[in-house]
Order: sequence, then C-alpha cells, then structure tokens
Amino acid sequence: MTRPTSSVDPAPSRLHATSLSTGYGDRRIIDDLDVRIPDGSFTVIIGPNGCGKSTLLRSLVRLLKPTGGSVLLDGTDIAHTRSKELARQIGLLPQTSIAPEGITVIDLVSRGRHPHQSALKRWSEHDERAVQKALTRTGLADLTTRVVDELSGGQRQRVWIAMALAQDTPILLLDEPTTYLDISHQIDVLDLCTSLQREGRTLVAVLHDLNQAARYATHLIVLDQGRIIAEGAPTDVVTADLVRDVFGVGARVIPDPETNTPLIVPHAPVFPDPGAHPAPAGPSTALMEGTR
Amino acid sequence: MTSTRPRTGPDTVTGTDALRWPRGIAPVRFGGFSTRIELRAAALTVLFLLVALAVAVWSLTVGSAGIGVAQVWSAFTGTASTGTSRIVLEWRLPRVVFALLGGAALAIGGAVFQSITRNPLGSPDIIGFSSGAYTGALIAGLIATGSAVGTSIGALTGALLTGVAVHLLAFKRGVSATRIVVIGVGLSMFLSAFNSWLLTTMQLEAAITAASWGAGSLAEIAWGNVLPVVIGLVVCGPVVLWLAADMRMLEMGDDAGRGVGVRAETVRVVLLLMGVLLIALVTASAGPIAFVALAAPQLAMRLTGTPGIRILPAAVFGALLLAASDLVARTVIAPTQLPVGVVTLCLGGAYLVWLLATSRRGSRR
Repeated sequence: MTRPTSSVDPAPSRLHATSLSTGYGDRRIIDDLDVRIPDGSFTVIIGPNGCGKSTLLRSLVRLLKPTGGSVLLDGTDIAHTRSKELARQIGLLPQTSIAPEGITVIDLVSRGRHPHQSALKRWSEHDERAVQKALTRTGLADLTTRVVDELSGGQRQRVWIAMALAQDTPILLLDEPTTYLDISHQIDVLDLCTSLQREGRTLVAVLHDLNQAARYATHLIVLDQGRIIAEGAPTDVVTADLVRDVFGVGARVIPDPETNTPLIVPHAPVFPDPGAHPAPAGPSTALMEGTR
Repeated sequence: MTSTRPRTGPDTVTGTDALRWPRGIAPVRFGGFSTRIELRAAALTVLFLLVALAVAVWSLTVGSAGIGVAQVWSAFTGTASTGTSRIVLEWRLPRVVFALLGGAALAIGGAVFQSITRNPLGSPDIIGFSSGAYTGALIAGLIATGSAVGTSIGALTGALLTGVAVHLLAFKRGVSATRIVVIGVGLSMFLSAFNSWLLTTMQLEAAITAASWGAGSLAEIAWGNVLPVVIGLVVCGPVVLWLAADMRMLEMGDDAGRGVGVRAETVRVVLLLMGVLLIALVTASAGPIAFVALAAPQLAMRLTGTPGIRILPAAVFGALLLAASDLVARTVIAPTQLPVGVVTLCLGGAYLVWLLATSRRGSRR
C-alpha cells in the first residue's frame, strides 16, 4: 500500500528470499513473499500476532523449509548449503532454548562455537578468543563460572545472546530477543544490537514493541497476514494510517523527543462514564503486546 | 521522564585476561588437535574402569570350584590344568566379558535415548524396547519351541520393530522428545499385557524357557553370545561418539541445535538406530536387563558432575554396574544363582526412589 519500498536503490543484500511460501503442515503462513535484508542493517520485523514474523525469520535460517520459492545467501539457495557452513554465516537466537541442567555460563556460551569445530579441532585458540569476546560484550565476564539455572531472566537472555555472538557470524537473527525482559534489560539488548550493527554485522530481529522497533531499526519490515505491507526506514514507514490498518489501533505518530524517530501514541480510550479517572490500562496495545 | 541512561552500551572491555573456566576444566592442544577436558569426569571414568576390571577379575574367582586369583592367572597364561582352564576361560570369562561389554552397550543406548528425549526416564527399558524384545522372544518361542537361537532372533526383531513403531508413532512433523516418551510408555504397557497373554497360551516348556529369558540372566552366556555385542560396540560406539557433540547441541532444543549447524533430524534418526541396536543386541542374548540403561548414564552424570550426559563415563559406569550386579546375582544366595535382571531391578527401584526424592529442577549444587 503506502511505501513502494526502496525500488530506487536496491541496497546490497547477501540474504534475500524470492517468492517464498511456507507454513506449518497444511497451514500456509507466508505466501509468495519477496524480501531483502539490507547488508549492515538492523532490520526489525513487526506485525500483529500470527502475521508470520517468526515464520519468516525461521525460514531465513532454514528452520522451516519453503514449500515454494527460496531463500538465497550470496546468490545460493540455502537449501543446498551445508548446515555448518550456513551456521558460520547466519547465527540465530531462537525464541526458546533449553539450558542443560547444571551447565555453566562459559560452557553454554562456548557451544556457539560448534559450527567452527570438527572432530579433531574441538577447542582452538580462536574458539577461546571468540567466547571471551562474546562474554565481554554481553557483560558476563564475571559470571563465567556461574550455573545458568541460577541466573536472573535478564542474565540468562544475555547468556543466550552471548552464545549467538560466540558463533561469530556476519548475519545474526533474533526471534523476540526482548520478550519476557524488563524495560532495562530490553534496552540493554537493543543497545547491544545497535552496537553490533555499527560494527558491520547485519541484524534481523522480530520485535513486538512498535516504539522500540521504530527507535532502533535502520530498516523496518511490516508484515500482515504473511505479506509485506511496508518496508523501509522507520520514519518513512511508520504512519498513523499504517498503525490503524495493520494493528487496528488508532494512534498519533509524533517524533520521539529523544531520537526523533516515529513515536506511536495510541488514542485515549473513550469510556461511557465521563467522571471516571483516565483509565490506567489505556496506554497502548502495542506496549501490552510487548510483555504478552 | 528525566532519563539519564548513558548511551555507551555494554562495551567497556575489561582487559584481555584469560577466560575463567570452572575449576577442573582444561583446554588441551597439540598440533591440529584441540579439546577441553573435564578433569573430574576423566579421572572418575578411569577409576570406574579400574573398579569394573577389578570386579571382573574377582568374578572369575567366584564359584563352587574354588579357584583363586593365582589359578585364574595361570589359566590366562596357559599353565593351569585343563579343568581350571575350561572353567575360567570357557565358562566364567565369557560371562564376565559379556557383563562388561553388555553393561557398556546398555549404558550407551540409555545415554542416547535420555539425551534425545531430554528426559532421565527416557530410557529404552521404560519406552518399550524391553517389552518389545520379550514379545519377540515369546513369539519365537511359540514358533520354534524353546530354542535359544530362536529366542535371540525373536528378541532382536521385537526390539527393532518396537523402535520403528515408537519412531513412526512419535513422528509428526519431526519427532518430539515428549511424544517419544509418552508413546513409548504406552506401547510398553500394551506390550506387557500382550506378553502376559502370550505366556498363558504357550506350552509349559516353551513358557519356562521364555520366562527365564524374560528375567534377564547371564548364566547361559557363552563366547557365541559375546560376539554380537562386540560387533555392536565396534560399529555403534564410534558413531555415537562421533555424533556426541551434535547430540549435546540438540539438548538445547531443536532450534538452538540447528542454529549452530546440527542436522537435527538426521542426527536423531542415526542416534536412535544406534541406541536400539545396542540395546537389542544385549537383550537378544541375555534377556531384558532392567535399569542399567536407565541408571548408568544418570549416575555417571551425577558422580562426575558434568552438565548433561557424557557417553564414555556412562559406558564405563554401565560396565561396572552390570559386572557388579552379576557378581551379586551369583553370590548373594549361592550356590543358587539369581537372574541378574532381578538384581538390577532391585538396584533400579532404589535408584528411582532416590532420583525422585533428590531431583528438583534447577536445584543442583
């Protein structure tokens, strides 16, 4: 509908999908979708629940096989890439992972090195440096010997992110990295994403919070019912019309006073009783979705 | 809001001091080879092995013939009398070797299943293979009345078919860990009921042969029974060790495993096949020996303090467990011998109670 995307300057893209269709069983979630992940971008995928955000992300790293079309990395269909080779190019932070009982932080993080290891080369100095870097970046250097089960939710999420970082891939996909985290940890994670992106990595994340998406993304992809409704820079993409059409929420879009990025302020709800206090639960469905 | 969050990010690099590993983990590198060694696990594995071998030697001396260590040694060096030689080398040695190797094979099979199902109860004897093997043995008994070879072949077929059945029934867009356990337990109960019914329909003699096989005993083991287990270990052992790292990655969940480059479905199918084969080969000769597959990997894990199951410590501990159980089976009410399955069943029951009493999620250490 609104933005006919960046048909003018097709930014270079190592990772893209052409006429991708996929879903679970008979249920088709994504149908004939074309998408390019701009190199060096922090791409954020947003959209209402069940629109296919995670499905798209999972397809990009072959957790889901396409029923039609293909995902291409450097022009090669990833269906034919060797698993470890793919895992050296694209890292993934899944929505849920299981920490083996009793595992220490450093042990879990070093599992990110798996795609770089072979039967004989099980723990090279390169592995060691990558893990050390990942631990430092995520502020876990002092927790290395702690048992993961005993950490707080925010710390645990950092451990998983550190594992993905240790994988040392040019492209990193994050499936709802901020869900279940409090606001301070959400900001930590997103700040980390931005600093990784500025170092030259390509990041793709699924986020629920529209304002965070608008603030942090360099490239925004808006999905609805398996189709891309709009994509581009947040300032171009996020409009009151879009929020109403895609999320069914009436809102004002104003410049974020801190960053000048679009800030979505949902309209105050109208309740029949005029004497009542302003409803505390009013603020926004977008924010509430973020905490699910 | 007067937000004063400094926008520096978590980039304050705290020097480049070496990685802090938990105590007892050492990186080892020479030439192109590199690995990390868990010292405690390695030391305990060696210790388990030594104890298992000691138990094995002791077992060789136990029995009505009154043969001591010195005579056992002379039998090995070929200086003993023919009678002693025969007793030690032909009767006792195959049984002891079978206990060691079979225990290791059961433990490896159990380790594989527990890892794949991410469940300490996801062991082959809980999820139907023993019952399936028994069913096979009983049916073989119905056809070829009371022949030992027939029983073995029947058991092997029964276990493998049960494995295929569990896998097919659990398959629904990929195999889910929980489905394997739930379906396995259900199938196991169904097969047990079926087995009881089969027993009542059999000729008395065939029923006795089948039932004594069903208790799990090493009394009838000869060198001919040892060979299949050796072959199984030689073929399946290296494959499992080769895939152990991938297996560990899958313990974090399929997505996380695939994210680090593990071909989840392929690895799982190969591992399941290896596990079923190892269990089936032991069960075919000795009958269903309960709880070694269940307990050995878990006990080894707890004793060595490793996060997650390790194959080698489990295997060695399995060898120790079965060799020791067989020794108990032979001595506890001597001169009568208990079936080793009865001993492991008792140990297993105690173990299960201990497991349930002590394990609370995430509360170790």
